[in-house]
Amino acid sequence: MKGYLGMDKMCLNLGPQHPSTHGVLRLILELDGEKVLSAEPDVGYLHRGLEKMAESKNYIQYLPMVDRVDYLSGFFYSYAFCNAVEILNHIQVPEYANYIRVMLLELNRIASHLLWLGTYLLDLGAISPMFYTFREREDIVTYFEKVTGQRLMYNYFTFGGVRHTDIYLNEVKNIVEKIYFKVDEYESLITDNPIFISRTKDIGVISKKKALDWGLTGPNLRASGILQDYRMNTPMYDDIEYDIVMSSEGDCYSRYIVRIYEIRESVSIINQCLEYLTTIELPNIECSRVPILNNPVGEIYSFVEAPRGLTMCYLNSVGEDTPYRVKWRTGSFYSTQILKEVLKGVNLSDVMAIYGSLDVVLPEVDR
Amino acid sequence: MNYLLCTLMEIPWLPKILAVIITSGIAFCIIISLLVLTVIALVLIERKLLGFFTQRKGPNRVGLWGVLQTTADAIKLLCKENIELKHADKILFTLAPIMAFASVIVLWCLIPYNSEFHLINSSVGILLYFFFASFPMIFHFLAGYSSNNKYSILGAYRGLALTASYSVSIIFSVLSIILITGTMDLDKIVLYQSHKWIIFSNVLGFIVFFITSLAKLNRCPFDLSEAESEIICGYHTEYSGMRFAMFFLGEYAELFVMSMLIVVLFFGGYLSPFGGYISNTFMGNCPISSYLIYFEQTIWLFIKTLIVIFSIIWIRATLPRLTQFSTLNLFWKYIIPVSMINLIIIFLVRF
Repeated sequence: MKGYLGMDKMCLNLGPQHPSTHGVLRLILELDGEKVLSAEPDVGYLHRGLEKMAESKNYIQYLPMVDRVDYLSGFFYSYAFCNAVEILNHIQVPEYANYIRVMLLELNRIASHLLWLGTYLLDLGAISPMFYTFREREDIVTYFEKVTGQRLMYNYFTFGGVRHTDIYLNEVKNIVEKIYFKVDEYESLITDNPIFISRTKDIGVISKKKALDWGLTGPNLRASGILQDYRMNTPMYDDIEYDIVMSSEGDCYSRYIVRIYEIRESVSIINQCLEYLTTIELPNIECSRVPILNNPVGEIYSFVEAPRGLTMCYLNSVGEDTPYRVKWRTGSFYSTQILKEVLKGVNLSDVMAIYGSLDVVLPEVDR
Repeated sequence: MNYLLCTLMEIPWLPKILAVIITSGIAFCIIISLLVLTVIALVLIERKLLGFFTQRKGPNRVGLWGVLQTTADAIKLLCKENIELKHADKILFTLAPIMAFASVIVLWCLIPYNSEFHLINSSVGILLYFFFASFPMIFHFLAGYSSNNKYSILGAYRGLALTASYSVSIIFSVLSIILITGTMDLDKIVLYQSHKWIIFSNVLGFIVFFITSLAKLNRCPFDLSEAESEIICGYHTEYSGMRFAMFFLGEYAELFVMSMLIVVLFFGGYLSPFGGYISNTFMGNCPISSYLIYFEQTIWLFIKTLIVIFSIIWIRATLPRLTQFSTLNLFWKYIIPVSMINLIIIFLVRF
């Protein structure tokens, strides 16, 4: 019998099949007892060739696939690709459609953060919050299904607008009102829980410099005390007032706080969108027209602030029906690669607390 | 049981050793069927309650309201294949679940179910209880060690760390009860509480004992030795089929018997909380009323036990898991000092 008792170091393959790697991440850990000496994330188990696929399909054909990059925040990828094509072809998006887009993006951000919250608490060993957050997420997803016909892969944004303007604004109002109160409920269960605090405070601290060096974006970066939100740079959000949530500690707890408060901010953004959408009487027919794509030669980089950080879509066109090259820059990829740095020297039971707090979704890493 | 033994002893043609064997066989059958039925009901109750806490229905397909779900699960586990591991230590690997379960059966025999049915009526009942209660942990460690799996060995280590943290405080809180009652006999401890439950004179001891028994049972928030999100299933990662069922049965049986012990030590055991017995009041003239009282006492014990178990399940539905460092911190920095202070206070009040 080959025993592990007498060994100084133990090499542990955490994953690719493991209950809490949220997909198929393989972490090669070198352990001394329960102390992690070194960690090496190994990705690529969920590679679907979404970038290569773009080269053999024309723009319209590729559009439904974009949502699959990250199935938890499909609208953001849809938007990034649409935006790239719109910039390339100089298509103007009507304001009404823009507001619909912002509203759906923020609803999707709430859904994504809710799912993160539930699964993160599940990683920490609490079972109930997952069912509570899924309950609220279910409302949003059901609403998406009503509007777009799909629960996760929406294929709703088109070049120059949205597919149709039959959005049920009253339902959004109800959902948003409900979620605003439910977030308080989650906080009463989680935020001041001494066990939760002991599991997350001062665990997995990412300093400002480290966060910038490793290319973190989104809530993870803002939790490290850097004010950077690409919604500021997106023209779509110009008329909308919102606060950027920031925390300075850079530990798991502040990443939790940032996401919780982002849900509230998203609620306020959606309320502003609702105000606009309900005051404008006639839905603009222009919103759902399908423009003719000329696809001139050019390189475009479009970006959007997704729930898991900055999402960029690089589009290279050589004037053909199909894109010459599409490249995705996703937030999760950078969150995964910082694991190597953050996991060094932590306890094994904190590995999942840290990994979960970074909100990595594996299909987004591998594309 | 004593009555049965005496009757059998008096039969002239029956060898005395056979009388003992028959009696203990009957006692074993009663205990094991009680145990298995209780565990099956308990798992169902836990799943239903967790469903209630998380706004689900829980099991609701097999049988009426899903009451047969856990029975079906048990049958499934019986029929499943036992996977033999190539690199495992075969003897220990097979022995560990059996022994872990067997030691829990002994615990069930130590509890006084009513004023008559008390299988091992020893004058050092508590001591025996904690002697046998320390066995499962050892066999959990051996299971983790023998299955030669990295996750199992990590779970086994964590179990040992957990044992190192709770063992001291559980004995201290039990000592405080022994100081109050002046006996280690569980029967006498129950009878001591016929006027006032010990919980009222030993609140601190109860809190310590309750938290410590959560750790002893590997229950949330101390379920770190089988933390699913970190080390898959801890020591029983490699177990399947009936061997896994042994651990599972043992775990839930221990949960129930530990809750019964909490009731026996702090909430008056099988005694009625109202002083008099219902069957005595309504059927006092009936010739079978004395037997009904025994029955009622067991019911009272089970009702109190279920209330304790409800709170344990409630805790599981609410709290996240602690790490082993924070567990050690919690026990050695807070719980053990508190239990020592409690012991000193009780000593001063008593003498």
